Formats: sequence, C-alpha cells, structure tokens
Amino acid sequence: MEFKDYYKVLGVARDATADEIKKAFRKGARKYHPDINAGADAEAMFKDVNEAYEVLKDPERRAAYDQLGKEPPQGQGRYQPPPDWDNGFAFSEGGPQGDEGFSDFFETLFRRGSGPTGGMRMGSGRGADSHGRVEISIEDAYSGADRILSLRSPVVGPNGTVTMQDRKVSVHVPKGVSAGQHIRLAGQGAPGAKAAGDLFLEVAFAPHPIYRPEGKDLYLDLPIAPWEAALGGHVVMPTPGGKVDLRIPENARSGQKMRLKGKGLPGTPAGNIYATLKIVNPKVETEEARAFFEKMAKDLAFDPRAGLGGK
Amino acid sequence: MKKTTMNSDVLDALSLPDLCRFCQADETWVIELVEHGVIDPMGSTSGNWRFVGASIARAKKARRLNRDLGINIAGVALVLDLLEERDAMMRRLARYETI
Repeated sequence: MEFKDYYKVLGVARDATADEIKKAFRKGARKYHPDINAGADAEAMFKDVNEAYEVLKDPERRAAYDQLGKEPPQGQGRYQPPPDWDNGFAFSEGGPQGDEGFSDFFETLFRRGSGPTGGMRMGSGRGADSHGRVEISIEDAYSGADRILSLRSPVVGPNGTVTMQDRKVSVHVPKGVSAGQHIRLAGQGAPGAKAAGDLFLEVAFAPHPIYRPEGKDLYLDLPIAPWEAALGGHVVMPTPGGKVDLRIPENARSGQKMRLKGKGLPGTPAGNIYATLKIVNPKVETEEARAFFEKMAKDLAFDPRAGLGGK
Repeated sequence: MKKTTMNSDVLDALSLPDLCRFCQADETWVIELVEHGVIDPMGSTSGNWRFVGASIARAKKARRLNRDLGINIAGVALVLDLLEERDAMMRRLARYETI
C-alpha cells in the first residue's frame, strides 16, 4: 500500500494546532466537494482530505500516525507499517459510514476494530443503502445499456474483523434515462441482519465529442458548406437515434440555431436536438478550387466587414 | 466475488418517506427543503407528496452539502441555485469556445 502524508494533503505543518487542522480541512472540503467542484480529481481529493482529517483531528490517532514518521526512506514502492507501531495508543476505529472505505493505508492502520461500521442499521435489521455512480454514453441513453460495476465495500467478518470486499454487480440502464436520475438495485446495498439495503446509482453521461446534453435536449454544432448555407436545401444529419433530414433555409447564417423536435433523448416527451449551424470552408488545394474562389472574389460584391463601420 | 443479475428500476415519484430514506434524512429536514423551495413535490399535502426527477437529485445534493460542509438549509438553497447558474454559464461558455 501507499504511504499517505496527511499533513501534505491538508497543507499544514506537522506541528499544526488542532485549530489550524480544522480550518485547513474545512477549506479543502469546500474546495473539493464533488457537488461543487466538477474536476476529475475533485472526488479523490475530497476523500483524501476527509481521511486526513479523520486521523489528524483525533489526538490519539494523530500521535500514533506521527509515530510512523515521515515518508518512508525509500519512498517508492509499497509501504509497510513497522510492527507494534500503535503500541500504547488507544483509538476507536474510524472511517466513513457506509459507501466506500478510505485508502488501504487508512484501512490497515486504523480500522481493525470490531462492531458495525456503517453496515448494520440498528433496529430495523435492514442493511444501509449504498450510493454510487454509473457512467453511460449518450448513445446508451437511446438504446439502453448493460454495465458490470465493481464495488468495494467494508464487510464485517464472523470474528468481528472488517475487510474490504470487492464484488461485481450487473446493472441494466434502461433506455431514456437522463443525467442525474437514479437507478435502484434492490438488495445490493450493505448486508443487514434481516435484509440487505439497496444500491442507488446516479446516472452520469460521459463527455461526448459532439453532443452537449441539457436535460433531455442535445446541443451540437452542425458543419455546413458555404453553398449549403447560401442556397439552402436538405442535409442528412446523423444523430444517436438515426439519420435525420434537416432543411437548411436559404442564406443561413453561422450560429443560426435549428431545432429537431423529438430527436433528443427518448422519453415522454422526448427531448429536442438543437443544431447550431457552423459554416466551414473547403480547403483550397487544387488549381480549380483556387480559380473558383478567385472568380467568386471578383464577381460577388460582398464586403463581410461592411458592418464594422469606420473609414 | 459474486456476479448477480437482477432487475433495476429508475427512481421516480418518491413519497416523503421514500425520499427521506434515499437521502438518509428525517422528515422535518425534507419538509424544510420544500419550504425553502429547494425541491418541489407534486401533490397538495405531505401525505401524498410525490418527488420526481430533478427534485430527487437536488435533495441528495442538498443532503451531502449539509452533511459534508455543515451548510444550513438557507445556505444549501443558495449554493444549489448558484451552482445551477454556474453550470448553465459553463455550458454556454463551452458552446462559444467550440465555435
């Protein structure tokens, strides 16, 4: 496992006071909260910040951690805590409740206690619900998709030890889902005395090179040739739902928005596709093409900068 | 490692107790969210409230912000509104940057 420098994660000195640590944690939590920061690394950073605070806020745990010293001398490679590193320290096992565990480093050092760790819910005997995410492509939303997810969750063994267990769950994402919707997998949450909890998966769309989703609508830039823009007419446009025929008006402008009703993400009602026209020029590579453009330049009285004014 | 196949269903039209379970919150908290206009149920009385689509995702976000950052409901309401505004602007910006 990898050594975690909790002081570095929070950006505080090793002799930081409890107040400084709390302040640094709050700042980091705000900055990296996955609901606020959409960056790819934000979620991992948020988890690290929480893990660091979980250790450094507790005087006993912090003292035991400090005992380990700094980054191991030959930093690269796998880290092994020295035997009896926690001699004389009494801390209760920590870690996030439910969902996913912290890093292997944390789990090995601080979570060896017994008892329920977020898994069991007292009273009802039903296990806790778990939450996760499933990423699908926009094309998947048109057709439905099957995914196999790898989940990692803490499991309390028969002798009270907690281990991280990997399991695979297959999930069917039905046609017509949109980002932000949740799929429930009954009985796939944490196990409980009587029944397991449910697993809730939030659907997210993977970034698409062409389409920008907004609710059930899709936006894209549609490239058209100068003559298509000038003369108008029909163009065939590929969409995730199949090819559609789009009528371009005469003298279409770059930036003009066209609506394809009901061709967006499926549903009742289905979304729309909004295509923003983008006039692209053919590259002049042949003598004929050059002559053609030269003729246009000569014959067409066109000043694209007429609207700029000035002298 | 266990491989399981089972049916999945898309969450929609949750009742008040369902939504509470989903966001691991109590009823008072969810009712306050409704009173602050963070989420908007269908139905007239809390007994026949139905939460759909965007409300479910918003309630979950609100709960996480409240739990992870200690933001109260008025603060959560403001954060969610500003985040939505920001996201809309980011989308517009992305549109201009590709042209």
